[in-house]
Amino acid sequence: MLKKEEKLVFELSVPGRYTNLLPGCDVDEKEITGLIPEEFLREDDPDLPELGEVDVVRHFTHLSQKNYGVDSGFYPLGSCTMKYNPKVNEEVSRLDGFSKVHPYQPEETVQGCLELLYMTDKFLSEITGMDRFSLQPAAGAHGEMTGLMIMKAFHENNGDHKRNKIIVPDSAHGTNPASAATAGFEVVEVRSDERGGIDINALKELMSDEVAGLMLTNPNTLGLFDENIHLIAEIVHDAGGLLYYDGANANAIIGISRPGDMGFDIVHLNLHKTFSTPHGGGGPGSGPVGVKKQLIPFLPRPVVEYDNSRYYFDYDRPLSIGRVKSFYGNFSVVVKAYAYIRSLGADGLRKVSEAAVLNANYIKEKLKAYYHLPYDRTCMHEVVFSGQWQKEFGVSTLDIAKRLLDFGYHPPTIYFPLIVKEAFMIEPTETESKETLDEFINAMIEIANEAKNEPEKLLNAPLDTPVLRLDEARAARKPVLKYECG
Amino acid sequence: MSYIPTTGEQQRQMLAEIGAVSIDELFADIPESVRLKKELDIPKAMSELELKAHMQDMAGKNISLDKYTCFLGAGAYDHYIPSVVTNLLSRQEFYTAYTPYQPEISQGTLQAIFEYQTMICSLTGMDVSNASLYDGATALAEAASMACESTRRTEIIVVRSIHPESREVVSTYARFKGMTVSECGIKDGVADLKNLEELLNDNTAAVLVQSPNFFGAVENIREIAEIAHRNKSLLVVSCDPISLAILKAPGHLGADIVAGEGQVLGNPVSFGGPYLGFMAAKKDFTRRMPGRIVGETVDRNGKRGYVLTLQTREQHIRREKATSNICSNQALNALAATIYLSAMGKNGLKKAAELCLQKAHYAYNRLLETGCFSPAFESPFFKEFLLIYHGDVDKLNKHLLSRNIIGGFAAERYYPEFKGGYLVAVTEKRTKEDIDRFVSEVISAC
Repeated sequence: MLKKEEKLVFELSVPGRYTNLLPGCDVDEKEITGLIPEEFLREDDPDLPELGEVDVVRHFTHLSQKNYGVDSGFYPLGSCTMKYNPKVNEEVSRLDGFSKVHPYQPEETVQGCLELLYMTDKFLSEITGMDRFSLQPAAGAHGEMTGLMIMKAFHENNGDHKRNKIIVPDSAHGTNPASAATAGFEVVEVRSDERGGIDINALKELMSDEVAGLMLTNPNTLGLFDENIHLIAEIVHDAGGLLYYDGANANAIIGISRPGDMGFDIVHLNLHKTFSTPHGGGGPGSGPVGVKKQLIPFLPRPVVEYDNSRYYFDYDRPLSIGRVKSFYGNFSVVVKAYAYIRSLGADGLRKVSEAAVLNANYIKEKLKAYYHLPYDRTCMHEVVFSGQWQKEFGVSTLDIAKRLLDFGYHPPTIYFPLIVKEAFMIEPTETESKETLDEFINAMIEIANEAKNEPEKLLNAPLDTPVLRLDEARAARKPVLKYECG
Repeated sequence: MSYIPTTGEQQRQMLAEIGAVSIDELFADIPESVRLKKELDIPKAMSELELKAHMQDMAGKNISLDKYTCFLGAGAYDHYIPSVVTNLLSRQEFYTAYTPYQPEISQGTLQAIFEYQTMICSLTGMDVSNASLYDGATALAEAASMACESTRRTEIIVVRSIHPESREVVSTYARFKGMTVSECGIKDGVADLKNLEELLNDNTAAVLVQSPNFFGAVENIREIAEIAHRNKSLLVVSCDPISLAILKAPGHLGADIVAGEGQVLGNPVSFGGPYLGFMAAKKDFTRRMPGRIVGETVDRNGKRGYVLTLQTREQHIRREKATSNICSNQALNALAATIYLSAMGKNGLKKAAELCLQKAHYAYNRLLETGCFSPAFESPFFKEFLLIYHGDVDKLNKHLLSRNIIGGFAAERYYPEFKGGYLVAVTEKRTKEDIDRFVSEVISAC
């Protein structure tokens, strides 16, 4: 990785330098003040950089060299499913017939786009055991919010206005309670039992006619499948609530078990996790929401329909919660996910989950003698360890993570789930080879030995990165959030 | 196709190490009753070669803007994207990276976001920008929610000249968050200020306005700001960032929050997404902003570096008390915007804006000269304008399509009051020849 400091793009600016990317004006030019009243016109130009093309290319190339992507190496980031992003999907999503299509073109000129959306809906419904999907939500959290709005609209439509609470497990992703709040719910937490699943008795006590539903990730954020899922569904449904499936961990169960068959009423998937679309340094993602039949009328509008001769948008949906986003969602992300599903087929999809679960269990077995394993049972696609043995030598999970950087790895997710002290969560995904896993395991063992014998190596880590540990407290205390020109 | 590198033999070795007989054994925790007993009903696998042919076939069923001349805008615009944008975006270190939670190996993403925040602040005239939101519509909804939280009021006024889909998204969020939305009418294509004054009350958290608005018309932000502020309400402005190369920054006209659609900055129209929402605000709102924010700091050796900061606003720390539930944003689209603004630079952006302005006015005058239209408004406009067509808009657009032209937006779909309303967008990509051909085809159709 590039260690040399890269100036800010503004510091590279030279007055008067530019690349002529646009032609001159070929229509009769008028005085601008004759077109727009002077009071509306800007007096000073915005402080944008003035650069030549090569300056721009070198600057952003240098920045990229200070970044670590999935193509750079192993990315065992729990709950994030950082699998390999197939190149062919990038290529086909950029085809002119997908990327240069305007969202308001007449429907007869976008039949390919509509067919792709329609078929993706069908495939995702089949994969999850649901009846219908909306591809509008832009990310997982957006899907959660949308699903919960659907839940609320459903209850309200039944005249059931009391249901203003959502139950969320204490092991849940932070987006779950935040999305519930965004959808106007009060959040109630349910604790986990000693096996890492939902505490059934606690759940029973929390249920009432004020509960709209339960949000659940299964396998949960401990990487464990909740065997009581049928019982949980029964308890929630009997009390008039609905079950929401957070698809963040769907990579464990594709072709093996379906949320729809487990009793879930609403599901969101993360196409940027399970369906291989790249994370883009934080987005764009795509968080489609699927529902059971009785909830279809509440999906965001429009939905794509097919009348056996043509595909079209259906806007006439009076019970719909309305739009949650402009146009039809993050379309080109959906294109990549569609291509992924088609390239793998049914058998290939099932093998994804099998290999993902095998890889996670292999790491678990190989590392459990070196790191504390709080839930020692077969895991699914990810495994949660605790750094508490290393804590005795004065090093924390953060130090272990930072030391991994020196070994050339992206660290696992740390300090999550919140119910495990000094947690670190490893999700290898199916796209890693045994050789990669073995090298990583060896690095983790070496770090465990260092923690015991040379803890300062961890405390000082990383040493081999573009910058060393950064002062985050200072950043928050005296925020510098933009460059002050001049 | 398969992207699984482990061989069958290796899988057997791994199972032996685990002490399991089969992969199936690893799924023993899944009760039999919820196991899928059949193969998924998904078409069989394709090789890369077959997949590419299939995808080309599907893409080929769409008409694309590389073969058609586009005068359609209405929230998604066919602007020029410099080659460097697409080229640099395809660097794997950018697009295959995760959210920069490990700053030591994410300085590329973090520094680029810091540059993005600086550019957005400069364009909008604001103090603080976040790292992006999903799109312009959700950015407005987030701004509305932020305004309600900070004023402890619950009503939002949206001006009818805001993009109809944005208004719909604001209404969806509002319904569930317990905010009420009222709509301010329009007069001459811009906010009806008298109506605005009537609607304002002591529970109005904010006025939401878009400029240039859905009709392309420039709103009088300064006056709207004065009216809103007299009522101690906030002003939220949505705007086209390219227009800000020549139009006054909303922040200099009294806006408290600026939230808009950034697609025009280097992102293809892509059938509606992914785009990016941008949001910037006055300093006082820093700790109420939704989403990620990057700040500057130093490392152990005092070297300058960047981190995600003020994270106590966010869902992974604050859970249900977070300022928003947003986690994944539109980072790669914001990077496209940053590269776009760097490549265009101060001069290039201004030139793009001026070309849009000049060409749109040329087209406006030429179209009016045909006698097939009457003007809808007198208000000044930027790159898009509304005309009233005397004939049948659908027929006109069908004729144009047959001549490889994608015509304007039939505004009546959202504004029944504008019968024959025809919204035309002209970007810097349209040549005089394109416009003249458009005009002559209009004449032959009308």
